[in-house]
Amino acid sequence: MKAAAFDYARAGSITAAVDLLSASEGRAKVIAGGQSLGPMLNLRLAQPALLVDIRHIRELNEIRQTEEGCIVGSCVTHAAVEDGEVPDFTRGFMKKVAAGIAYRAVRNRGTIGGSVCHADPAGDWVVALTLLSAVALIEGPGGRSEMSLQEFVTGPFSTQLDPAQILVGMRIPRLAAQARWSYYKFCRKPGEFADAIGAILHDGSGACRAVIGATSGAPRVIEDARFLVERSDPGRMGSALEAAGVAHDPYEMQIHSVVLKRAAAQLAA
Amino acid sequence: MTHDPSSARGVGASLPRKEDRRFLTGRGQFVGDIRRPGMLEVAFVRAPVAHARIAGGSKPAGLEDRVWFMSDLSGVKPIRAVSGLEGFKPSDLWPLARGKVRHVGECVAMCAGETRAEAEDIAAQVQIDYEDLPAVVDMIAARTNPPALVHEEWGDNIFLETLVDDDLDEVRRSAPVCVRRHLRTARQAMSPLEGRGVLCEWNERLAQLEMWSAAQMPHINRAGLSECLGIDQGAIRVISPDVGGGFGYKGILLTEEVCLAWLARRLRRPVRWLEDRREQLTASANCREHDYEIAVYADRDGRLLAIDCDATVDSGAYSLYPFSACLEAAQVSSILPGPYKMERYRCRTWSVATNKPGILPYRGVGRTGVCFALEAALDAVARAVGKEPHEVRLVNLVTPDEMPYRNITGKHFDSGDYPEAVRRAVAELDLPGWRARQKGGERDGRRVGVGMAVYCEQAAHGTSVYHGWGIPMVPGQEQCSARLSPDGVLELRIGAHSHGQGLETTLAQVAHEILGVDPDQVRLVHGDTALTPYSTGTWGSRCMVMSGGAVATACREIAARVVKLASHMLGVQPAGLQLRDGGVNVKGSDRCVTLAEVAHLWYRQPHLLPPDANPAGLETVAGYKARVDTGTFSYACHAVAAAVDIETGHVEILDYVVVEDGGRLVNPMVVDGQVYGGAAQGIGTALYEEMPYDGEGQPLASTLADYILPGATEVPAMRIVHMETPSPHTEFGQKGIGEGGAIAPPAAILNAVNDALAPLGVELTETPITPRRILAAIGATKSARTS
Repeated sequence: MKAAAFDYARAGSITAAVDLLSASEGRAKVIAGGQSLGPMLNLRLAQPALLVDIRHIRELNEIRQTEEGCIVGSCVTHAAVEDGEVPDFTRGFMKKVAAGIAYRAVRNRGTIGGSVCHADPAGDWVVALTLLSAVALIEGPGGRSEMSLQEFVTGPFSTQLDPAQILVGMRIPRLAAQARWSYYKFCRKPGEFADAIGAILHDGSGACRAVIGATSGAPRVIEDARFLVERSDPGRMGSALEAAGVAHDPYEMQIHSVVLKRAAAQLAA
Repeated sequence: MTHDPSSARGVGASLPRKEDRRFLTGRGQFVGDIRRPGMLEVAFVRAPVAHARIAGGSKPAGLEDRVWFMSDLSGVKPIRAVSGLEGFKPSDLWPLARGKVRHVGECVAMCAGETRAEAEDIAAQVQIDYEDLPAVVDMIAARTNPPALVHEEWGDNIFLETLVDDDLDEVRRSAPVCVRRHLRTARQAMSPLEGRGVLCEWNERLAQLEMWSAAQMPHINRAGLSECLGIDQGAIRVISPDVGGGFGYKGILLTEEVCLAWLARRLRRPVRWLEDRREQLTASANCREHDYEIAVYADRDGRLLAIDCDATVDSGAYSLYPFSACLEAAQVSSILPGPYKMERYRCRTWSVATNKPGILPYRGVGRTGVCFALEAALDAVARAVGKEPHEVRLVNLVTPDEMPYRNITGKHFDSGDYPEAVRRAVAELDLPGWRARQKGGERDGRRVGVGMAVYCEQAAHGTSVYHGWGIPMVPGQEQCSARLSPDGVLELRIGAHSHGQGLETTLAQVAHEILGVDPDQVRLVHGDTALTPYSTGTWGSRCMVMSGGAVATACREIAARVVKLASHMLGVQPAGLQLRDGGVNVKGSDRCVTLAEVAHLWYRQPHLLPPDANPAGLETVAGYKARVDTGTFSYACHAVAAAVDIETGHVEILDYVVVEDGGRLVNPMVVDGQVYGGAAQGIGTALYEEMPYDGEGQPLASTLADYILPGATEVPAMRIVHMETPSPHTEFGQKGIGEGGAIAPPAAILNAVNDALAPLGVELTETPITPRRILAAIGATKSARTS
């Protein structure tokens, strides 16, 4: 199939992009790498009147280190993370996640911001960045705002982003030198969307957080996941998975519990 | 008087493929690469529901001249792919639906625009009113308890029922061992890299329709088009340019071809339709959906006493041209016994109509399902009698001293050493090593298993086999038109088509073998009904035997004429001459004339020809048919070691061995490529590919994110061991080998998985062997034990 007709505008600045979106009254779509939107356009699942291309906005391609961590612009590609163009402030975590996203051809063009805004539950960044307690930086007609990624993603393929807002970047906290992480993904074959993702972060000083990903909803956070690593309370994992909405299907339940267990084992190793 | 075989470029040489340069540099020419001046692009309005009456339809205002319904296609007849088998019920496949739609994706209206996007815009505005009918989705329910009738006039949903009967009473009473299994293989969507594509243009000067189509059998498409359009075959020229993989998917007359042919003639403008991936997955022909209720009777050694089987094939809504809806099931009953001996055999088959697209014979055709059913059951026999699976095979396989062998269904096995293939596979895989490793267990907790599967494959079968099916084509003499050009280049014209088989190379090797012509000086002309002799085309692993035989025969005739002329030129009797290195030389001397010099004499210096020169010159049409035309039987044993993660259900292939015998190999490297490619597709059948339908007949995998194909990471580095037992019936002893790779993998991999899970008491019986199915089977066994 071929896309329905649309207009195309290349925005030169964040303000210009927001102006274009505001003027389009909800009938525009933002495009960056196009790795999700491209197929949706061709299948005519998305039929926007206007595409606002934000790839060429300088600020969105910037990577800025701060005291607390790093601000990664929305249009930074998975490949840039994989190739180490983003400084390693997560003890190799983001690099590992990036290298496991789909295929290199997708990573060359796909962007962090695009992946987060698409909010596919089986996408890697929504899970990985939720684990890191990343913060979404947003700009719209009302100015700049920010919210935690956990708040930002509201469900499968849905976020808090208004039609006239764009995601500028992610503010991602630095991991402490003693922090440990694990990320276990189960796919039918490398490069496919995950059937289940389990991710755990231990900050090295006692706090331990986990995320259940690739469910039919938004990533599910387990704020205190010590029971997983310590294998202290199998019943709690069951209720966490139930809360993540996978209990209806024995297969879903099984693979999600296995990836969590394996993520825990990786962390302990 | 054949060519001196000292050269390493003839039959048996691993000559690099001549065609690869253009493909590897992106210079192949496919239908999608062809544009004609003033061309319109076509999009189809396709049925969104599986089964419904069409209550009405309307064209968008102002665009009436861009939209066509079946009622507009005056004079066009439906595609009718009959079978001569007794009791067959034919179906009418109208190029655009008439009265009813019978599967999601069926063409209902045709729309033309300046671009494909514009054509799709128009299609989106066409209104069709549907009155839904219950969908017939499950093939067993379709025949035993139908929710509706796909073709009301039939009274049931059965295209054809067949029975190979036998008296099994005694065996049933007395057989020491009986295993019964219910086995199923999922529906698949054949997925070549290139989908279908059709471009039609009306040539006013020739009063001829020119059609470029990604087709395996251009002459058959021409015959079918002629019948549907009511114009003579000479008024149709079908050109099949480069084609990106066939596998059976392109061995069909498409409704889209009929529609575009009519439209180009009506509009007097070129029109093109390119199938997109969604159409390929959801609307076009499918394959492989079989259901087997099989009982295998054996003695305590695992020796087969009888097989009793009820097999059902989901043939979809329509009988497709030319292979019909019944070839597959009929084949099941004739080949289920495989390469084995047995005393009794009974098999009933049903070809069932459902509200899904029709079926086409995919690489391996019915053999993939048959091999799966029988080899899975044989492993169950091996477990029942406490023997290694290969031991059970060895007591049942036809042995070399029994060749040629007429099996229980009357198949004529031509040659080979079937047990040796099994023994070599066992050795090559190192079965004892794997058994030892199994005892030790895996450090990561996975379970390792070993599986094998054996098959023999009838290929290049001809007239005597096909006239009995009564389908719209019967292969007869395969022809080659050969011409030595004035500059000594040899042109070969064949009616079959090469789309990955490497015929541009291998047929040049055949010509070299006979005529001594440099393979680089051979041009293969194929894929054009205007330029080539009639042929049923490329299917049934037949080209190397049939076209290869025709090329050899034609070259032999050319060789005789060349030598006659050379004799005149050199003043030496033909008996004193031999063909060598692109020329003719005097035995025991350096004196020679080149093929170019001989050709120059004939074409450019006719005044120098002897008065008795053969007026037919250096051009000939020769036909070929194997001495025994019941087909060659290549065979193979695939052996697999696999690891199963019993927590996730993930299967990893750890080692894969193929021992195969394709008779004399014309080009071993090309054969390796065929085996690798086929086995990769077989791995898809085994582990990944599945087109599921919901209860309303909606296909649930409409993109490649849902329809999972094996890729580089899923196909292991296979090891191929060749055996070469010549066929006594063919030109060089070659056998058809193109499909074999795709036959055994589902059976071999299933057996490996079952071997791995046997200690848990778990046995899988269905492909693809997905994590979900493995975990469900493990879960079911656990709950059966606890209850």
